[in-house]
Amino acid sequence: MSKFKKKTSTSQEIPTSALPDIIFMLLFFFMVTTVMRENDLLVEQNIPKAEQLRKMQKKTLVSYIYIGKPKDTNKYGTEPRIQVNDVLIQPDDVIQFVNQEKDKLSEAERDQITMAMKVDTEAKMGIVSDVQQGLRDANALKVLYTSLKESEMDNL
Amino acid sequence: MARSRRAKNEVNAGSMADIAFLLLIFFLMTTTIASDKGLAISLPPKPDPNEPPPDVKFNERNIFKVAINSADNMAVEDERLDDISTLKNEAMEFILNFGNPNAEAQAFFNTLVPELKAMSKHDPNSSEFPTKPAVISFKTDRGTSYEKYINVLDELQGAFYEIYAKQLGVSVDKVREEMEPTLREKYNELKKFIPMNISIAEPTKIGGN
Repeated sequence: MSKFKKKTSTSQEIPTSALPDIIFMLLFFFMVTTVMRENDLLVEQNIPKAEQLRKMQKKTLVSYIYIGKPKDTNKYGTEPRIQVNDVLIQPDDVIQFVNQEKDKLSEAERDQITMAMKVDTEAKMGIVSDVQQGLRDANALKVLYTSLKESEMDNL
Repeated sequence: MARSRRAKNEVNAGSMADIAFLLLIFFLMTTTIASDKGLAISLPPKPDPNEPPPDVKFNERNIFKVAINSADNMAVEDERLDDISTLKNEAMEFILNFGNPNAEAQAFFNTLVPELKAMSKHDPNSSEFPTKPAVISFKTDRGTSYEKYINVLDELQGAFYEIYAKQLGVSVDKVREEMEPTLREKYNELKKFIPMNISIAEPTKIGGN
């Protein structure tokens, strides 16, 4: 050991003063990038609970369709409506929406597009079926009925 | 306090990193990136107008009929069933009935784990073997609530996943999540013999809009 001791006249401390800055950068990066994209919901969302849940494979392939009773009942009435992006649409417009979403994807991925349907528990099957009919017409056949795990009581 | 003599005017910033780390970990843990999980189905492709629908002759015994009316009452095989918890078992018994297996299905039946074999009743009035033409038909009404629909679909899918899990000897969660390649291969092989045939019919128009 004595061989090495000769050199120890210089300080062996690593300057750690810059470390917090690095970590803070990381922190800010995560804070900024985790966009809690809750695009303004115009419809009520009380997601049903289920057990046989599967995770989505690829996030980029997913588009969302929200169905539920409008929050602003004076403006939109009390019947469940369909929301995509930030607007309420009619069932006939679903095809157009799917095609828009498909255009965002590359050629090879278009058939892989998954439509995540976030449907309020109160909604009836009629409207859900209308949307699905539109999805079939637009050839978007993968559907995911977004649900919560049975134990997670709070809704998103 | 010998140190104080050569103390530099510096704040000890080493622990700042720890504080920042704590914050970082806190944010990492709390930002639930909107967990997107749900029941996956695939819709039937749009029928080709130039081609007449395939004329499939379904034997009554090979269809497991589940229907829900606009008042959310469920009928299974034309009999009213209020307790949803028994549905999964009934569906599993239907799938695994092996009432009249062909040679291939019989060979497959022999490879089943004992637990699944025990579920097989060989009932002459139930399905012949799990591959086509045996199918679970799930019909709703336009007035059926979405919640009921999801609950029932959950049970029906659960029946299949439970069979897969038991045959593969893993937990049900594992079957639904990502699997390692060797297991995935086995799973795909199994799915050839027990495909998840849940046919969701277009809703009837008695109730609702």
